[in-house]
Amino acid sequence: MGLISLTPWDLTLAALLVLALAMLSLKLSLGIGRRLLIATLRTVVQLSLLGLVLKFLFVQSHPLLIAALALFMLMVAGYEVMARQQRRFIGVWGMGVGTLSMFISSFSVTLIALTVIIQAQPWYSVQYTIPLLGMLLGNTMSGIAIALDNLTLNAWQQQREIEGRLMLGHTWEQAIREIRRSALRSGLIPIINAMAAAGVVSLPGMMTGQILAGSPPFEAAKYQILIMLLIASGTGFGASAAVWIGSRRLFDERERLRLDRLKSSKR
Amino acid sequence: MSGLALKQFGTPLLDPFDLSLAPGECVTLSGPSGSGKSRLLRAIADLDPHQGEAWCDGTRQQALSAPVWRRRVALLPAESAWWSERVGDHFEQLDADTLDLLKLPADAADWQVTRLSSGERQRLALLRVLSIEPDVLLLDEPTANLDHTNIERVETLIARWRKEQGTAVFWVSHDPAQRQRVSERSLRIESRRLVSEWD
Repeated sequence: MGLISLTPWDLTLAALLVLALAMLSLKLSLGIGRRLLIATLRTVVQLSLLGLVLKFLFVQSHPLLIAALALFMLMVAGYEVMARQQRRFIGVWGMGVGTLSMFISSFSVTLIALTVIIQAQPWYSVQYTIPLLGMLLGNTMSGIAIALDNLTLNAWQQQREIEGRLMLGHTWEQAIREIRRSALRSGLIPIINAMAAAGVVSLPGMMTGQILAGSPPFEAAKYQILIMLLIASGTGFGASAAVWIGSRRLFDERERLRLDRLKSSKR
Repeated sequence: MSGLALKQFGTPLLDPFDLSLAPGECVTLSGPSGSGKSRLLRAIADLDPHQGEAWCDGTRQQALSAPVWRRRVALLPAESAWWSERVGDHFEQLDADTLDLLKLPADAADWQVTRLSSGERQRLALLRVLSIEPDVLLLDEPTANLDHTNIERVETLIARWRKEQGTAVFWVSHDPAQRQRVSERSLRIESRRLVSEWD
């Protein structure tokens, strides 16, 4: 059982389906056709490039090159988190909070997986590093973006309640406690749902890929379990870090609520 | 030694000024809307960045942590905030005697916040801020939503607190008659400056 290689023609057929969808959008004036086509183009270009880069890295497996690619992925993820905020922090914090949290969680979880659990030789081998990091970044990115968005939006809307508590001598941590908790919960719900539905409703992407590539299904299942557990912990720790750093940043050294440190972003 | 002392204190709407309130003294404040009365009270409670220095009973603002300062120099805002369902959850303790101070029934602690009238909110918010026993009380229109009887009750209660606890009071009020009733000294904000209303 080997892998059936896809021809350009196969991909063109799939692309025609998206094109048909874009035509439908135009016909019904959904106004989403343009964005759909741009996103499709991005997928094709980005994934092809990644394939080429990985192909190169498989041959030229220098740790510095791998580190550079990992850093690039982190920066793009950090930008994405920022772009998804309705109220984002001004200045370097806008991108900083999300990027730092993802760095702390995704990188350390990937590192643990590579060195302690999988024990590839060498531990930084491209075949494991980049796919693992990619899966983790992609998922923690969503969790962190949702949690931060929830945090800043609620702080903005509940200014009176937060300040009302500060006026009565509550500390900043008491004043933001419920908002923090709800932000963290909202960031974790997607991965909890994904774990609950895995294998029953949905066949996760990585397992599908491994099976398509000819791996024994049970091996694929074990890898998928590993990935799910890593993603859950990475998302959880990443969202906690983001909510902690973000909520700290909402207050200054005199524990004043500083909503002037947020700005609304037009989408 | 004084209840509250401000030195070269300034906000974005107010040029720097000096002011001091003796323990138990009440000073009222008025001025056109938008002149920065509420902003001034917020700055004194250290909720907004500001210029100059503030002392409470001889202790510098910066020498105390912000929560401790705000318990000693407590602000009652014009619109009170309620974050839990039950009234009693907003108090460290709330007994029938306290509620009786403003003629609220003994079971008010179990009331739902969403069902409070604006007058009940205002009276409960006053009891709440008094319950943390501040040295200085900053009041922003504390009787705006109250009827005549309740205005009288609130004024009497605050007068009693000044006398018994030595609480200094800085009171924003739109009502000239009320300013005459409750204070010996009244200030006005006029073109970014604090001036005396009467001599």
